[in-house]
Amino acid sequence: AVMELPPSHYAAARAAALAAHYACYRRGSPGRGLALRAVRRASRQDIDDVGHKYYLELVLEDVLDKDSTVNCTAEVLYHLGNKNIAPDVQFTIEGELKNTDEADNVFYNRIKSLEKELVAEKIPDSHGNVPPEMEPIRLLAWAASGYVIWQNSTENTIFQLAQIKHVKQVKRIDEYLEFDYMILLHEMVSQEIIPWQMTVLWHPQHTVQVTEDSRQPKHASE
Amino acid sequence: HQVLRIVPTNDEELQKVQELQDLEELQLDFWLAPHGPGHPVDVRVPFPSLQPLKAHLEANGVSYSIMIEDVQALVDHEQREMLRSRRQLPLSTSTFDYTTYHSLDEIYTFMDLLVAENPNLVSKLEIGRSTENRPLYVLKFSKGGRNRPAVWIDTGIHSREWVTQASGVWFARKIVLDHENDQDLASILDKMDIFLEIVTNPDGFAFTQTQNRMWRKTRSRHSDSTCIGVDPNRNWDAGFGGPGASRNPCSETYHGPYANSEPEVKAIVDFVKNHGNIKAFVSIHSYSQLLLYPYGYTRTPAPDQEELHQISKKAVAALSSLYGTNYKYGSIITTIYQASGGTIDWTYDQGIKYSFTFELRDTGRYGFLLPAKQIVPTAQETWLALKVIMLHARDHPY
Repeated sequence: AVMELPPSHYAAARAAALAAHYACYRRGSPGRGLALRAVRRASRQDIDDVGHKYYLELVLEDVLDKDSTVNCTAEVLYHLGNKNIAPDVQFTIEGELKNTDEADNVFYNRIKSLEKELVAEKIPDSHGNVPPEMEPIRLLAWAASGYVIWQNSTENTIFQLAQIKHVKQVKRIDEYLEFDYMILLHEMVSQEIIPWQMTVLWHPQHTVQVTEDSRQPKHASE
Repeated sequence: HQVLRIVPTNDEELQKVQELQDLEELQLDFWLAPHGPGHPVDVRVPFPSLQPLKAHLEANGVSYSIMIEDVQALVDHEQREMLRSRRQLPLSTSTFDYTTYHSLDEIYTFMDLLVAENPNLVSKLEIGRSTENRPLYVLKFSKGGRNRPAVWIDTGIHSREWVTQASGVWFARKIVLDHENDQDLASILDKMDIFLEIVTNPDGFAFTQTQNRMWRKTRSRHSDSTCIGVDPNRNWDAGFGGPGASRNPCSETYHGPYANSEPEVKAIVDFVKNHGNIKAFVSIHSYSQLLLYPYGYTRTPAPDQEELHQISKKAVAALSSLYGTNYKYGSIITTIYQASGGTIDWTYDQGIKYSFTFELRDTGRYGFLLPAKQIVPTAQETWLALKVIMLHARDHPY
């Protein structure tokens, strides 16, 4: 049975957030971030012995240019029972996303030509500031966290990237850029702030790869 | 360390000075390197090298003067100046910077200034003390009367939601600025008082400034757990302890040992009960861009759901009209999640019909770390929605 959901219903919101994060993971780069702008339509289908499937019509926006939006249709299948299988996500973006080759290449060359490996922390800082030269680092984390979020999402979670606590570039001999991130994820249903480590690989023309990721314990100081 | 200025007058002197650059053991730091006769050479000299260097210059007839007698003293002075100008408490509400985040002290000073500048409209009440004994202040805006029907607004109950306290400060000033010339506000204040608690969780707020920017709860210690804090929005006596809150003290949604265990919550409960005439209650959070009404603890629709839904629709339309910011609205349980022991469920069940919760900007791009330049636009658009709610309460006495 397929049931239409009001777009403001939390179940629609959660599935939509997941789909948007997944799309950002697949299409994001240091030059492009995608975020969920609106949920147009949502419906849910309970499939016996399989799980819950959501059909969504979404609007995504370009994080760097709020006026630039694209329509997106997505299907999200949360598997029944087993918490260890990531939801299946399929999405289609209608129309073209802005080309980011130039921005990506500029960033790539900039990092490649650094004498010392890049190190940074607290992006954004407590007041929401992001130095302009850190914006691509942030967008890269945004895309990579999409993978982590996708892998760890259930019908009872909504994740957002809250902050990059620390990022360190790892020098490589091949042409890839590698960054070791420590991020904070905000899980909105439990309201927990979860530290997470992720190792991210990227090269222009290639999608973002997360080669390693692990949940970290909360600090004793909290 | 001293900084010496040396002016070599000819090539011979210049060479003598240039030679100094090779004497690594002196650890000279050239601020202006030698490059020609007649051009000043400025060099910072560590204490142990002062005598040998001066002796060398004098022996070679190279003149110098002392530009900075004590570099450390200068650095210390500058440091003090910087700290002082940053920490400088505001002098008036018109010089207060609404476009930045402020410390607890600065906000408390702002409140006092606001009262001092507008004694006929604004007064400050202390409704209790926090766990760490910080005062809990509420601003009262009133044009007179006795125990008039009132609107309550609180911000900052969850300390990490910084745009809310900042918006509260802006609302306070807005009320003062507009109370005569804005027809809507003036007519509201003709009939009703407004109570505004800007820093509802001061212990948590202080903690976000000094230790952990992501701190949400209070700072109380109840069990022998090493974990501190109770979620003040799960501590109210409405479905207390039911699903939608945690009994784990280490959880961000820990409801506490019993309802109203938190002094920050108890203070408001006592105030509301003693006042007895509050007609609208708005509790402000961030983030998600939502306008919510009861219930959170049960799926049973609130008896006034239809009316609350219509008010929300109007309020959200007003909010969006300013900058196009997109809000969703609905009951707590259908729009975000089941949550028990929540503020507005309690106030609604006390008979305060117009009970609402806002979740302000944004939807996750910055989340709690909303850039300061969004404070004023957020406050401006939210104010329009608040006026819709207040006007409705004014026009529908009960």
